[in-house]
Amino acid sequence: MGRVEALLNLEDVNVHYGAIWALKGINLTVGEGEIVSLIGANGAGKSTTLRAISGVIKTSSGRISYQGEDITKTPAHDIVKKGIAQVPEGRRIFANLTVMENLELGAYIRRDAKGIKQDMEMVLDRFPRLRERISQIAGTLSGGEQQMLAIGRALMTRPKLMLLDEPSMGLAPLLVKEIFSIIQEINQDGTTILLVEQNARMALQIAHRAYVLETGRIVLEGSAQKLASHEDVKKAYLGG
Amino acid sequence: MTDLLQQLLNGLSQGSIYALIAVGYTMIYGIIQLINFAHGDVIMVGAYVALGCALMGLGFIPSLAVAMLTCAILGVIIERVAYRRVRPVSRLAALTSAIGVSLFLEYTMMYFLGADIRTFPAGFFPERTYSLWGITINNKDLLVLGTTLVLVIILQYIIYRTRTGKAMRAVSFDGQAAQLMGVNVNSTVAITFFIGSAMAAAAGLLYGIYFNTVQPLMGLMPGLKAFIAAVLGGIGSVPGAMLGGILLGMTESLVAGFGGSMYRDAVAFIILILVLLIRPTGLLGKGVQEKV
Ligand SMILES: Nc1ncnc2c1ncn2[C@@H]1O[C@H](COP(=O)(O)OP(=O)(O)OP(=O)(O)O)[C@@H](O)[C@H]1O
Ligand SMILES: [Mg+2]
Repeated sequence: MGRVEALLNLEDVNVHYGAIWALKGINLTVGEGEIVSLIGANGAGKSTTLRAISGVIKTSSGRISYQGEDITKTPAHDIVKKGIAQVPEGRRIFANLTVMENLELGAYIRRDAKGIKQDMEMVLDRFPRLRERISQIAGTLSGGEQQMLAIGRALMTRPKLMLLDEPSMGLAPLLVKEIFSIIQEINQDGTTILLVEQNARMALQIAHRAYVLETGRIVLEGSAQKLASHEDVKKAYLGG
Repeated sequence: MTDLLQQLLNGLSQGSIYALIAVGYTMIYGIIQLINFAHGDVIMVGAYVALGCALMGLGFIPSLAVAMLTCAILGVIIERVAYRRVRPVSRLAALTSAIGVSLFLEYTMMYFLGADIRTFPAGFFPERTYSLWGITINNKDLLVLGTTLVLVIILQYIIYRTRTGKAMRAVSFDGQAAQLMGVNVNSTVAITFFIGSAMAAAAGLLYGIYFNTVQPLMGLMPGLKAFIAAVLGGIGSVPGAMLGGILLGMTESLVAGFGGSMYRDAVAFIILILVLLIRPTGLLGKGVQEKV
């Protein structure tokens, strides 16, 4: 990397939950147009990293910048407006609202009625199953459909950078493949991706670069290819 | 038979007032899981403001509008000053703060305006009665029912048809996920207090006219009853609060009409206990937790 224009930059970011020191000085860069994967075991701090970027938790020190601008103290709702969307762990769709309303909430920050309509069509073309269930209460969707809704909802914000937190969690292998190829498509359409995954094999397959997180520290980083063949990664995350 | 209809009509009016108050309780609970104990006192403030307008010669609708706007702003201030900072600390802290606000409003009013019972000037809402199939219909009933109906329709529209309403429902389901959609949670909470308190003010005016009483502690009993109505309907559910309010009003009126007026207030609590034993989440409350 090095020469890649940094879209997102984390410098020495620390996060505490009370007495728990969850992120211990993270440095991480995401370049424009990249897919960057962040892998690591349970409790390593992957979700915490994404939450800090989105501004839903406060950092205790360090600096997060986006397009060269310091967003460390920017409130979460303004960060979305700057073009960073997150598909959170566990989907977090609004189960009491319809599929349509969930997608409309994705467009909450936007006022361009025409653009919203176009994007709605784009999302429904990408996820035909959502179109069939457009007026259904979102809580009644299957797990896979909920994941599609969560991704669709994030797309409705028209993000430049999309943070995805374990999109493959709890999905059947065929669906996992589908979701990963959708992520690649989204990236090819011009959205930069920061992907958190337990499924390291798949994550490294589609990523350009990757970081390995262990108990709040980044222990390895490099091109996805290089990491996929790294002995430690193979042993710990790719099953030998 | 006409007796029964008469009681039901009275109950409907009384119940509408409960419903207007209960809606505010339930919206505020839905969005920040706080039982806003000061909500009943907002009713009282609304009644006083409307009374002031009436004494200055304003008519019903302008008085209603001024009272609603004043209390809406009061509600926003209460949330900002007394709840926002303590909410993240603990629910119990916020609840204690709410009780403090309630007492503050009651005794501030008492200090400045005295504890005397005041009434609306005679010309403010001239009473008329009509007879229909042996039932006496008072124009107060029509006023209460009409006003409630209009306000409830507006409220439903806001909650289910507007961008703000969508944000309110999203925040009450999952505040953090709503933030990730760019929803400003603090302003959405403020808007909820604005709307809920405006509804309470309307209830205050209607209550003041219906029972021709305005005094500093007038919000206590209807506030408590409306809280019961909200729990009865399923706290957090707006249609539930309306249903709970109407049901409670009607039941009370039937009990009072058929010789049990002494037990009227007790009945509300008995019903509450019975319903909660059978359906702990209330009539229209979520039977199962929707979150996955
Ligand atoms: N709200 C919280 N309060 C206290 N501790 C927390 C909280 N959220 C996370 N933690 C702690 O912070 C650490 C990092 O958690 P995080 O959720 O970021 O891990 P993760 O890498 O996403 O794990 P997983 O793969 O299981 O999702 C863990 O030790 C966790 O227990
Ligand atoms: Mg996680």
